[in-house]
This record gives sequence, structure tokens and C-alpha cells, in this order.
Amino acid sequence: MKKYGPILLLVLLIIFPLIVRSHYHQHLMILVLMWVVIGSGWNIIAGYTGQVSFGDAAFFGTGAYTAGLFVTKLGVSAWWGMAFGGIAAMLIAFPFGWICFRLRGAYFALATLALNEVMRHIATIWESLTDGMVGILIIQTFVSKIPYYYIALGLAVISVISIQIIMGSRWGYYFVSIREDQDAAESLGIDTHFYKMISLNVAAFLTGMAGSLFMNYMGFIDPEVVFSLHDISIMAILVGIVGGVGTIYGPVVGAFIMVAVHEFFRTGFFGFFKGVASLTGWDTMNVFAKYVGQAHVLGFGILVVLVILLLPNGIVGDWNKIVGKLFPFKRKGVAA
Amino acid sequence: MEVFLQTLVAGILKGGLYSLIGMGMSLIMGVMGIINLAHGQLMMVAMYVTFVLFHYLGIDPYFSLIVSMPALFLLGMLIQKYTLNPLMEVESILPENQVLMTVGIGMVLTEIARFIFTSDYKSVSTSYSNATFFVGEISFSIALTIAFFMAVGFTVLMFWFLVKTDLGRSIRATAQDKDAALLMGVNSKRITIMTFGIGSALVAAAGTLLMPIYYLFPDIGGPFTRKAFVITILGGLGSTVGAIFGGLTLGLAEAFGATYIGMAFDDMIGLLIFILVLLFLPGGFKRLTKV
Amino acid sequence: MSFFEIRNLVKHFGGLAAVNDVTFEVKEGEIFGLIGPNGSGKTTIFNMISNYFSPTSGTIHFKGENITGLKTYKICQLGIGRTFQVVKPLGRMTVEDNVIAGAFARAKTKHHARGLAAETMEFCGLAHRKHVLAKSLPIGERKRLEITRAMATRPQLLLLDETAAGLNPSELDAAIDLIKKIRDNGTTIIIVEHIMKVIMTISDRIHAINFGSTIAAGTPREVANDKAVIEAYLGEEYAQSQRN
Repeated sequence: MKKYGPILLLVLLIIFPLIVRSHYHQHLMILVLMWVVIGSGWNIIAGYTGQVSFGDAAFFGTGAYTAGLFVTKLGVSAWWGMAFGGIAAMLIAFPFGWICFRLRGAYFALATLALNEVMRHIATIWESLTDGMVGILIIQTFVSKIPYYYIALGLAVISVISIQIIMGSRWGYYFVSIREDQDAAESLGIDTHFYKMISLNVAAFLTGMAGSLFMNYMGFIDPEVVFSLHDISIMAILVGIVGGVGTIYGPVVGAFIMVAVHEFFRTGFFGFFKGVASLTGWDTMNVFAKYVGQAHVLGFGILVVLVILLLPNGIVGDWNKIVGKLFPFKRKGVAA
Repeated sequence: MEVFLQTLVAGILKGGLYSLIGMGMSLIMGVMGIINLAHGQLMMVAMYVTFVLFHYLGIDPYFSLIVSMPALFLLGMLIQKYTLNPLMEVESILPENQVLMTVGIGMVLTEIARFIFTSDYKSVSTSYSNATFFVGEISFSIALTIAFFMAVGFTVLMFWFLVKTDLGRSIRATAQDKDAALLMGVNSKRITIMTFGIGSALVAAAGTLLMPIYYLFPDIGGPFTRKAFVITILGGLGSTVGAIFGGLTLGLAEAFGATYIGMAFDDMIGLLIFILVLLFLPGGFKRLTKV
Repeated sequence: MSFFEIRNLVKHFGGLAAVNDVTFEVKEGEIFGLIGPNGSGKTTIFNMISNYFSPTSGTIHFKGENITGLKTYKICQLGIGRTFQVVKPLGRMTVEDNVIAGAFARAKTKHHARGLAAETMEFCGLAHRKHVLAKSLPIGERKRLEITRAMATRPQLLLLDETAAGLNPSELDAAIDLIKKIRDNGTTIIIVEHIMKVIMTISDRIHAINFGSTIAAGTPREVANDKAVIEAYLGEEYAQSQRN
């Protein structure tokens, strides 16, 4: 099962838009795929290398704006952004890591938070470049969602496969060693600064690419959206944590779940309240629906609290624990 | 020259209030090593409490202190007891869980506030909100001045508490060496709960005092958390004296930045100081003075 | 040109001199013991050799090259491996993966690293535990893992920091055997210990320090009979009673 699962999933994903024609659902899946990319990026630097980032939006937004600026400043297609978005994000990640990797643990996390905010401010204030709060609007290349879907799928597949390759290699061993004990790693001949930089830049590249895709797909971005702390950075952490920190398929699981959760709140429990309202005529239900729709951040906050308390290693990571709780009579053999 | 003095005064007065904000966080960080990214949000809650008391019961903010401080003290204790203490037992790959937890709590508090009060700007307008008095050519905002002196008062109280009382000494002991304190019979779980409560109460005071001269909306927590962090780091963890220096420094930096550079850069200055401090002064001023 | 030496090594922490002008030389192929009571500065010396922190003054030379202040990972790459007094297992990795992480210092491909790791685990007697998670190991095996992992980096000089502490008598004998085996295989060893039995039996030469300064040096016999050493370990009264 474990071996064929991913292939089966891939096949399903490939035929998905051909079977499911609803634009709404195609849109959701594109978001899921985008989050697989972002989540994988976060997982590399935070889950595997142990340097938790609270500011991945900095890389996402950079990628998005790179794509947008290709249109507004250079007059060429935003698709050029896909080629350069990842690189642009690395240009931000490189000096940042160089300066801030001397900080350990939570202090590094705070620095990433600061980076996020700085990038957001720059995008807002530097109006001659970015048009500030007005944002960037471009004409989308495709009318149908399907091309975007397959590009997103391609990106997601590349991300997951890259991570698989990296983590099975020398880099992978070194990343995890740094996470487990940085001092021990150094004593084993590992240049921890160098490898942390590699990890961060890989993460930044992937996240930047996702950002460029976002620009191309949505057609509109502004600083509040693409550099958003709650909707991008914290979401990335949730995707990583809920799915499973330090696992290859964690981000995949996490992306599905988090997009679902987001929609759940946005639509008022998938229209539950509206449904009750129309059945019973209780108008308060409609009001409720409206509030719940706006409360997705509240839901995220509560989710963060609950997941950290109960499932700190995510669904894939704590799989055995979950199975144990759901099926207490099913005992596996002696654990390694 | 006059502009300079005016800016100086504004900076110092604001600095006093900032010290109060920083002191709470410094205590929490110093004692428990917890980076509380919900600190500003706790202040926001206190401000809403003050707002409600003023608008619905006509209670003047300075009297609301009697309500807001204990209320936040209680909230702080509950947060520590039910969400943060349990984390010590949970075994997970990421040690930054605790920081993430406070982020989650901050989000929850902000959104609940938004739910109840909407995103509209609220304010508390009292007779002294806009009043000023003059010393020579320099104007002093009355509300800010009163806040400054109350902040000083609270600081002195904290000092006395930490040095003279048993609980205070237990807290300092836990801050210096948790295991040793445990061996001495200090109940560290209880201490962490009390400390978070006290830290919350302090920032509640700052919020209440700030209410007459500031405007309130749910997202106000974020920037203040950042300020609290800058102050804490500048002053050195767990140092009340340090928080004073940190608060004054930030207050002055913002005042001079606003006057001589421009209002838009107010936040950026805070961010830049934040980053610089993270990088170069991990021990805060405390490290420089060896106090 | 000596194989390894430290010259006039000094380390101040604030006002305290943790290491105060220590000089010694280690010959290739020997087991060199560094003894002293707790807090005498032994681990501090190790920490300076691997540049966990740099010396206040003094130099460190390895195979003729001045390695003072070189980055820690570089020192490993040059051929000096170390273990830590408080063991640092890479907890959530298996024993095998721990050793592979070390092997990558010399191996370029995963295949090669795996092979190197297998050899090393076989040599150090941990092969039968290779799939166990490091954090599940009992203390004796953790210490052994610490050594195995360092050996995977194929060091010419191995720094062993208090490998005997906390072991029961049979584990102790096994540890002593392993150390001798490592030396016989061609690795020079500097061993820090404060358990007399271990260090006296296996060291070729010993350097004794107390309060950061050298108090005696020579063969185990010479050092064991040295008055200053006896005083440091057993107290002045005992030394006094020996003299009478």
C-alpha cells in the first residue's frame, strides 16, 4: 500500500480535472497543489533542518511580485516570473540566512517573522516599484483553469520528488543531523552554516515559485495578500505541522486538510448554517453563517492550539498514535 | 531646539508606558524562557475591557485598572496552566511549539475581539484625553504624564515585590536556575502560572493607561507584541531595570524617528531595531552594564 | 615535528582561569591520558581543541599544522574526532543513520557511506543494534554510539571525553577493550577521565591537571605516585599521612 499509494494518488490527480468539471473544485485543487509546494518548502527548512520559519510569506510574496513586475515594469509575460521567482526568493533568503543563522531556535523564528514584516512594508511603501497598496493586476493567459492546474501539479510533483531525492542523500542526513544536535553535527565534519543555507535556499526557491504561480493564476496581488502573516506564513506552518513535520508526504496531507478547513470556515461549515436557516427560517443562522465565514482566522488559531497540544507530530508523523487511539485493539509488533 | 525638547519629552513619556509593556514580557521570558507572541493581544483585551467599562458603565479608565488588571491576571494564569504548561510534557520534533502556541492564542484573542466588537476603531474620550499642560514652551500630554508616573509606580512595586516577597524571590530563583529552585522546594508549575499572570496584569495596566490617548481595533496586538519584544531584548531578559532602559530607548527612537524622518517609517524603525537587536545584543543593555 | 601538541594553552572565563598555561605533546599511536578532579579544566581543553570555543591564548598543532581557532567541522575533516562528555546522540535517527552521518565526512556517495558505516559498526560492536532509534538506547550503548559515530569519520586522532562515566563493571571492561582495539587499529587517542582504574590501565602516558594547571606528567606509575596528584585526588590529609 505504502509503495503504490503515491502513484495511485498521482494518477488520480492527473485525471482529476478531466472528470471534475466544476470550476470551484478545480480552483480548490489548484490551491491544494500550491500549498503542497509551499508546505514542502517549509518542511525542508523547518521540519528536516529544524530551523522553524514563521515568515515564509516573505519568499512567496517575492516570487509573486517578481512575476507581477515582469509585466508592469518589463512589459513581458508574467510567466517569466516562474523562471525567476524562485531565484528572486533565493536572493532574499541568501543574505537573510547569512546574517541570521547565528541565531538559534526561537530567535531565528523571530527573525523570519521580522523578515516577513519587512518585506510586506517594503512592498507597501515602495510605491514607484510596486504601486503599493494598489497592488498589481495582470491579464491572465488562460481562461480555463486546466492549464494552471497541470502547471501546479507539475510544480507539486517536482517539489515532492526533489524532497525525496534530497532527503535520501548526503544533504538529507546533514539536515537532520543539524536538527537533532547542531554541535554534534559540527563535530562530525558538517559545515552547519553552509548546509543551513542550502536548506533555506531550497525552501525559498520552492516557495518563490509557488508565489509566481499565484500571480499568474490569480491575476491580482497586493502586499496584504501575498505577504500575509496569517494567510501564508502561519498557513504554511499549519500545512507542515498538521500533515507531519519531517515527512515527505506530510505536506501533501496537510495541504488537502488545510485547504478543506479553510473552505469549511469560509463557507460557514459548507453551507450548514445557511441550510439550517432556509429549513427553519431562523435568520440568526444566516448571521451565524456570515460570522463563521469571517472567522477562519479564529479557526486557524484554535487549530494551532489544538494541533500542538494533541498532535504535535502531525497526522503522518503521529500516525501510529492515531491508529492506536482509533483502533485500540489492533496492536502492532514491537516498535523499533 | 524647542522641537528637540518636545520630541524628547514625548519620547520619555511614551517610554515610561513602554517599560510597563516590556516588563511583563521580560518577566515571562526571563523566568520561563517563553517567547510570548500574544503579549500585545493581551494588552488589546485589557483595552477592550477598559472600553466596555467606560462606554457601558461610565467608569473612568484609571478606575478600570482595578478590573482590567485582575481580569488579565486571571486570563494569563489560565493560558499558562492549560495551554503552555502542558507543552512541557509533549514530545515533539519542533521545540518552537511554544512560540507557535502563543501565536495561535494571539490569533484566537484577536478574532474573538473582532467577532464581538467588529474591526471598527474604538476610542475612549475623557476630559483629559486631549488636555495638555505647559512647562515653558514644551507641552506635556496630561494623560501620558499620568500614565508615565503610574508606570514608574508599578515599576517600583514590581521591584519591591521581586526583592522583598517570598513569591518574588521564588520567581527570581526560578528565572536563574529552574532545577535548583525545584530542589529548594519551589513549585515551578505554580510559579510559571503566577508569572504569566503577573506579566499579563502588567501589560493590562499599560493598555488601560494607554486607552485615553490611543485608538483601539482588534489588530492592534501585533505591533505592540513586536514593541514588547524589542524592549525586552534591549533590556535583557528578566531584568526589570532593563525593561525601563529598553522602554525609554524605544520611546525615544520612535519619537525622534517620527519627528525627523516621517510618520510612515514609525513601524519600519521598530522592525529595524528589532532585527538589529536580535543580531547584536542578545543580552540586552544588561550585558553592557553587568547589572 | 610532533603528531599533536598544545602549547601554553590558556582559557579565561571572566576572571577565572579555567585552563592555565598547559603544554603537552602526544606521540602518534599512543593512548594519552588527561586526568584531574572534576572541574580541573580537562573538558575545556577538549573544547578548545575542537574549537567549540577558542583559547584566550596558546596554540594547538596537529601534524605540524597550527589548527588553533579553525572551524569545528574543519578540524574533524583534518582528522580529529571527538566524543562528548554528555553524550549527544542524534536522537530521532537510527544507530545506523547516526553512523552514516559521520561516514559522510569521508564518503561521497550514500552507497559508500553505508559501507563505511557498516564496517565501523562491525568494528565497534554495534552492528546488531543498527535499526534502533538512538534515543531508545541505554547509556552504555549511547556512549558506544558516540565512539562509533566519531570513528566513522576515520579520525587519526580521537578525543574521548569521559567515556567511562556511568558504566557498570562489565560495560567498563568492554569499553576498555574497544579503546585498545581502536588504538591497535592505528588511531591515536587522547582520553579524558577521572576514574583512575580506566585511565591507569590503558594509558601509555598521563598528564595530570588541577585547577587548570599541570601538576604532573609521565607514565601511569610515575603519576600515580606523584604527591601532588595524590593530594589533588585524595586530599591533603591523606598525602600527609603517606608522608609520615
